Amino acid sequence: MKKSVFVGAFAATALVAGMAQAQMLQSIQDRGELNCGVSTGLAGFSAPDANGVWQGFDVAVCRAVAAAILDDAMAVNFVPTTGQTRFSALASGEVDMLARNTTWTFTRDIDLRLTFVGVNYYDGQGFMVSRDLGVSSATELDGATVCIQTGTTTELNLADYFRANGMNYEPVPIETNAEAQQQYLAGACDVYTTDVSGLAATRASFESPDAHVILPEVISKEPLGPVVRDGDKEWEGIVRWTLFALVAAEELGITSANVAELAQGTDNPEVNRLLGSEGEFGSMLGLESDWAVRAISAGGNYGEIFAANIGDQTPIGLARGLNALWTQGGLQYAMPFR
Amino acid sequence: MSTSTDQRYTKVEHKKSFQLSMLLYDQRYRSITIQVFFLFMLMLGAAWLIDNTVNNLRALGKDFSFAFLNNPAGYDINQRPVEYNSQMTHGRAALVGFLNTMILAVMACVLATVLGVVAGVLRLSNNWIVGRLMTVYVEVFRNIPTLLWILIFGAIMTEAMPAPSAFRGDTPAASMIFNESVAITNRGVYIPAIMFARDLGSLQVGPVAPSISWLLVIVIIAAGIWANKLLIAHATRVQNATGVRPKTWWKSILILFGPIILFFIALGAHLDYPELRGFNFAGGTHLRNSLIAMWLGLGIYTGAFIAEIVRAGILAINKGQTEAAYALGLQPGKTMRLVILPQALRVIIPPLISNYLNITKNTSLGLAVGYMDLRSTLGGITINQTGRELEGMMLMMLIYLAISLTISGVLNVYNSRVKLKER
Repeated sequence: MKKSVFVGAFAATALVAGMAQAQMLQSIQDRGELNCGVSTGLAGFSAPDANGVWQGFDVAVCRAVAAAILDDAMAVNFVPTTGQTRFSALASGEVDMLARNTTWTFTRDIDLRLTFVGVNYYDGQGFMVSRDLGVSSATELDGATVCIQTGTTTELNLADYFRANGMNYEPVPIETNAEAQQQYLAGACDVYTTDVSGLAATRASFESPDAHVILPEVISKEPLGPVVRDGDKEWEGIVRWTLFALVAAEELGITSANVAELAQGTDNPEVNRLLGSEGEFGSMLGLESDWAVRAISAGGNYGEIFAANIGDQTPIGLARGLNALWTQGGLQYAMPFR
Repeated sequence: MSTSTDQRYTKVEHKKSFQLSMLLYDQRYRSITIQVFFLFMLMLGAAWLIDNTVNNLRALGKDFSFAFLNNPAGYDINQRPVEYNSQMTHGRAALVGFLNTMILAVMACVLATVLGVVAGVLRLSNNWIVGRLMTVYVEVFRNIPTLLWILIFGAIMTEAMPAPSAFRGDTPAASMIFNESVAITNRGVYIPAIMFARDLGSLQVGPVAPSISWLLVIVIIAAGIWANKLLIAHATRVQNATGVRPKTWWKSILILFGPIILFFIALGAHLDYPELRGFNFAGGTHLRNSLIAMWLGLGIYTGAFIAEIVRAGILAINKGQTEAAYALGLQPGKTMRLVILPQALRVIIPPLISNYLNITKNTSLGLAVGYMDLRSTLGGITINQTGRELEGMMLMMLIYLAISLTISGVLNVYNSRVKLKER
């Protein structure tokens, strides 16, 4: 009797643990808060501001998703993760999604069983050196000491690049961007390598950004995007289409300023479908019909988020480049809302 | 008549000897029943954990396999005791990490022992300043977490030392010390390396290829120490027989140093000095910041514990022993070396073993300063790149367990040799 109670309890626990995975949306709504994994601090992408409020390009994705689900862009619990801990945090359920400059690769998608919902920033790996070194190309870096964030794709690209060019280097593995910055500024490494956007963001936080150059070589493709766990189609869809909604909003000319007005109904059926005045797209996702309105109101459309956090008017000063809309020669392209 | 009654009586008692209820109510069986029950529960719990893990892995679509160890690692490691490049396997990377762990553990154990014995003996010194200084050392290092010491040493190395570029130019801001042979930079310390002009190549033993020349150096030194022991034993025998101890010091020096010097000359040993070339120093041996920070952090921190163990061991020896030695006319130094320390060793060795184990396990803090030990290679980058958390962690735990058991096994043998023999 006693034994069967035990076995029954064990079985029930196992069953509940198994089912919790499939109902992410419900559990987030019950919790009233979205757990979002971000980097440990990268200016412009995800870093707490002077008031301790997380700000940035990746943070804006979390806020848009939280707004779509909970109607509150601030209902996000940001969990800082390092390159080494991010996938474990996602797989164990510590975070619901990652918005943390994470590169979409074959092995991560297939072997690690992660689901990349899209690309919010097309990036590539570059090198930053001090201007004093007089280096103008990455091919002159033979024998250099290179600071590298461990557990990232950049670590593998670096090994490949130096091998392919027959050069030697001395890797200095470090855990976080802040640590890398400190080691690089102290001169413990000649070169800091990570995604070009990350280099620009890091350089912007230096005391004298002009004393450092980002070399012209971009040695890899780094499509960075939000990630969710495999196996919950509904949740995956919400994150993916929230991201598409932000891009589509820019395509359709919907901004945080005019979204409320356009939501009343327009002549453009696609705008109407996106903003919920036509069709049932919200309920198909398991959300309210104005989900996209909330998401866009949170931080604006994709272009607004880009300009506010990392655009050329900010200290980071990144050009749109590959991240311009497809209509303007870039790669950002939202699937049709139909 | 009485015999038959007895037999019947015994028979009845035997028949009633076991009933199911006695498992609970008979003191003879109750404890066994309880133990069997709890063992069963424990096994049930373990089975549930394993079953749950297997099911969850299946739900995630992951199988349980160590095949990833044969895949190319793809990442580089800076400190390579054996040949390694990014095209070699994850298994090979784990081996490099394991060797780095062992190198650090041995270096830190030696430093901790030397510091600990010196500080432990000096703390008992009658000189007030020396005694208090050692107390300060012990209390300061023992009471601050080892990770902080490692980070402090790491920060001192990167922030306070000059960059290699400071050594450049006609009037360099920094210069090499010890007759231009050692360079202390913020990327580590470069020291001269011993090189052989006529190297004997290397020996392939399984996955590693140690240099034959260096193996021979070890063999020659060991043989010298052994021969010297024989010489001293012979001198003692002569002394016991004749009362006169033959002079051995020049023979000892000859036996200990002669062959090794001849060997070095024969192979054309010379020093390879580090020199500034390109971005960094080249040549010589590069002791990286991460290694130095870990070595000093672990060695000095654990040295404080060993100092206390040594002090306790010495204090455990009865004062009468010292007085007896003085009465025989032994000087304080000889008293310590010949009378006190040999007896103190039996108190010192067991806790010393556990401190060596602590050092070995604490090497896994290496990740904090980017030291590429087993935790950083197999338990860090490999797990991260392959997503094999369970397998990687289990393998790593197994390796640490094996290292620790080996250390404690070897030292237990040594302990049984030095402990007080009761005859």
